[in-house]
Amino acid sequence: MDIKEIIKPENLVYQKSEVLNDDIMHYCPGCSHGVVHKILAELIEEMGLQEKTIGIAPVGCAVFAYNYIDIDWQEAAHGRAPAVATGVARVNPDNFVFTYQGDGDLASIGAAEIMHACNRGENILVVFINNGIYGMTGGQMAPTTLEGMVTATTPYGRNVDLNGYPMKITNLIAQLPGTSYVTRQAVHTAATARKCKRSLKKAIQNVLDKKGTSFVEVVSTCNSGWKMSPVEANNWMEENMIPYYPLGDLKDSVKGEHSEN
Amino acid sequence: MGELRLMKGNEVLAEAAIRCGCDGYFGYPITPQSEVMETLMARQPWNETGMTVLQAESEVASINMVYGAAATGKKIMTSSSSPGISLMAEGISYIAGAELPCLIVNVQRGGPGLGTIQPSQADYFQSVKGGGHGDYKMIVLAPASVQEMNDFVDLGFELAFKYRNPAMILADGAIGQMMEKVELADQKPRWTKEQILEMSSDWATTGKTADRKKNIVTSLEMDSDKMEENNRRFQEKYRKMEEEEVRYEAIQCDDAEFVIVAFGTSARVCQKAVEIARAKGLKVGLLRPITLFPFPKKAIQELARKAKGFLSVEMSAGQMVEDIKLSVYEAGSNARVNHFGRMGGIIPTPTEVVEALEEKFSWELSYGVKRSY
Amino acid sequence: MAKVKGAVVVDKEGCKGCSLCVEACPHDVLALHKEVNSKGYHYSYMENPDACIGCANCGVVCPDTCITIYRAKAS
Repeated sequence: MDIKEIIKPENLVYQKSEVLNDDIMHYCPGCSHGVVHKILAELIEEMGLQEKTIGIAPVGCAVFAYNYIDIDWQEAAHGRAPAVATGVARVNPDNFVFTYQGDGDLASIGAAEIMHACNRGENILVVFINNGIYGMTGGQMAPTTLEGMVTATTPYGRNVDLNGYPMKITNLIAQLPGTSYVTRQAVHTAATARKCKRSLKKAIQNVLDKKGTSFVEVVSTCNSGWKMSPVEANNWMEENMIPYYPLGDLKDSVKGEHSEN
Repeated sequence: MGELRLMKGNEVLAEAAIRCGCDGYFGYPITPQSEVMETLMARQPWNETGMTVLQAESEVASINMVYGAAATGKKIMTSSSSPGISLMAEGISYIAGAELPCLIVNVQRGGPGLGTIQPSQADYFQSVKGGGHGDYKMIVLAPASVQEMNDFVDLGFELAFKYRNPAMILADGAIGQMMEKVELADQKPRWTKEQILEMSSDWATTGKTADRKKNIVTSLEMDSDKMEENNRRFQEKYRKMEEEEVRYEAIQCDDAEFVIVAFGTSARVCQKAVEIARAKGLKVGLLRPITLFPFPKKAIQELARKAKGFLSVEMSAGQMVEDIKLSVYEAGSNARVNHFGRMGGIIPTPTEVVEALEEKFSWELSYGVKRSY
Repeated sequence: MAKVKGAVVVDKEGCKGCSLCVEACPHDVLALHKEVNSKGYHYSYMENPDACIGCANCGVVCPDTCITIYRAKAS
C-alpha cells in the first residue's frame, strides 16, 4: 500500500490542535513542557473552552507559555500564579482559570500562595511541572531536587543536612480540604501521556463543576538541566524520580472532604 | 444632596467602594486600616451589588489577586498600611508594567520596620517615586478629610482607567481612624460585561473570542528595543498625567510671603497654623497638594515668584521637601525651602508649626527680603 | 502483514531531533535523519515506513507537535 494512499484527510488520526499555534516553542529538545502544553491545548479545543479559558503563566521556562496556546493569558510574578488565578476566578466565576507552574515557582517562592489557594478551594486547575530543578535560571536546586542530585547550586549533590529534603508538595496539597482532585502523572511515554490527558480532562471537568481546586503534578524531565540526552533523561526519571514521586491519584473527592492519605 | 453620615475614614473607603460599583476587594488585616475589610465583610456587598470581597493570606497575595482580577477589565482595589505596602511593592511594579488599572489605599503608619501603628507620612517617597523596581509612577491622591476618603475612591478609579495605571490613595492613620460627617455618593451599578468589552476588549483577558487575537497581560519583554519602547510609552503617560491631572488647594496664598506646603493630616494642622500666623501679622498661606504624583510643581513655581520662603510640613524626616526644592530650583527662584516634621507617629501641633516657621525664616522676618543662598 | 497501515508526516523544520518519537515507536519505524534541518537538528523521518501501524505513539510524545499521523485499513 503506497504511503500516498494513506495520507488522506479521511485517514487522519493525530494532528496538532488548532488551539496551539504554529510558533516553534523555545523549549529545549525533548522538554516535557511541550507535551503538557499540547495536551492542554487539545483539551481546551475538545471541551470547547477556548472562549472561557484564562491561563496564568509562571516565572520559569514556561514564562512564555502564552506564546503558544491560543487563549487569553496573564503573566504572573514568580510564585504568585495561584493568587493571580484567585483574583481572576473570584470576579469571573464563569471563566475557566488555570495556573501552569514549575517546582521552583510553586513549591519554593510560591509555597504560601499555592497552599492558601488550594485551602480556599478556589475553582481553578493547577498544573504543576516537577522536574526537580530550576530550568530557566540555569539548573539550580529546587525544593523537589532529589537527595544527591547534582545541580548548579548543589555541585556535589543535594546534601539533606545542608539543603533539607526533597519536598512532596503534592502530598501536602492532597491534605487540604479545598482540593477535589489531586494526582501525579507523567508524559514521558505514550501511555503515561495518554493517562495524563485523561487526568487533566477530569481535573478540568471538576473545575467546571465547581468542585474545588484540581491539582495535577506532572513528573517531568529537564534534560538540559540534568545534563543528559532526552532519552537518558526519561530513563533517569523513571529510575529515580518516579520511585520518590510515585504516579497515581492522591485524592479524588469533592471540596470539604479530607484526603484519605 | 447625597446621604449624610458620621463615619470613620476607613469605613468610608469601604462604603465608597461599594457605591462606586467596585467589582472586587482583596486585602489583609493591618492596623490602622483593618476597618476597611471589616466594614466590607459586614456589609456583604456580594448580596447587593455582586462585589467580591476576599481576605487573602498576605499582602503579597492580595496585590496579586488585584493583578489577576484587574487584568479582566474590572474595578478592583486593595488597602493596607505601610509595612503591607512594602510587601505589595513587587506586585505594584508588575501592575504598572502590565498597565493595569486598580486602586491601592495606603493608610500610613510610622516606620521604618514594624515602627508604630500611629499616623505617619513617611511613605511619600515610596508612593511618588515608585516604591517597587523599575521606572514607573502611580497617581497618588492625598485626602485630608473623611469626605475626601469618600470622593477619592471614585476619582482614583476614574484616573486609573483613564491611564490604565495603578492609582493610590495615600492617607494616614489619623484620617483612617477619625470620624467626620460625610456625604456619600449614590449607588452606581457595576459595569456590565458588555461595558467592559466595549472599554477594554483590546487588552483585558476576558476570554479569547473568534473575532479577536488573544490578549496577553504581561510586563515581560525580552527584546530590549521593544522594552525601551514600552518604557517610553509609560513615561509619555506619566508626562500626560503631569500636564492634566495636577490637583491642589491654595489657602490664603495670594499675598503670601511664606507658603506652608502640607498634605493630608499635616495640611489640617497647617490650616490652623496659618490662622495663628495671620493673627500675628505674618503673611502666611497654605498650599495643599491633593495629587502628590503628579506634584503641583507649577503652582509652587508661580508662588515662588513672590514668596520669600516655603515650609514643608510633613509627618516624616522630610521627603516632599525635596520635590518643593526641585520645583523652586527649576523656576530659578531664590526663595528658601525649609522643612518641619514630626516622626514616630506624632502629629505636629499648629503652634509648633508657627514656631518652626518663625525660627527657620528668622532672617527673612528680620530683614523683610528674600535671603539668597 | 498488519491489518492496518499507518503513515507519519514529520514537519522537519519544527523537529528538534530529540528522538523521543524514535524511542516511543513500537515498530522501529522512525529514525533521525543523517541530514539536518535549517536549525541544524537531525530531524525524525520514517526510515522503515512499511512497519508503521499508525498507533500515534510518536505524535503523543512529541514535545514540538510536529508529527501528523494517518491510518488506513491495509488493502
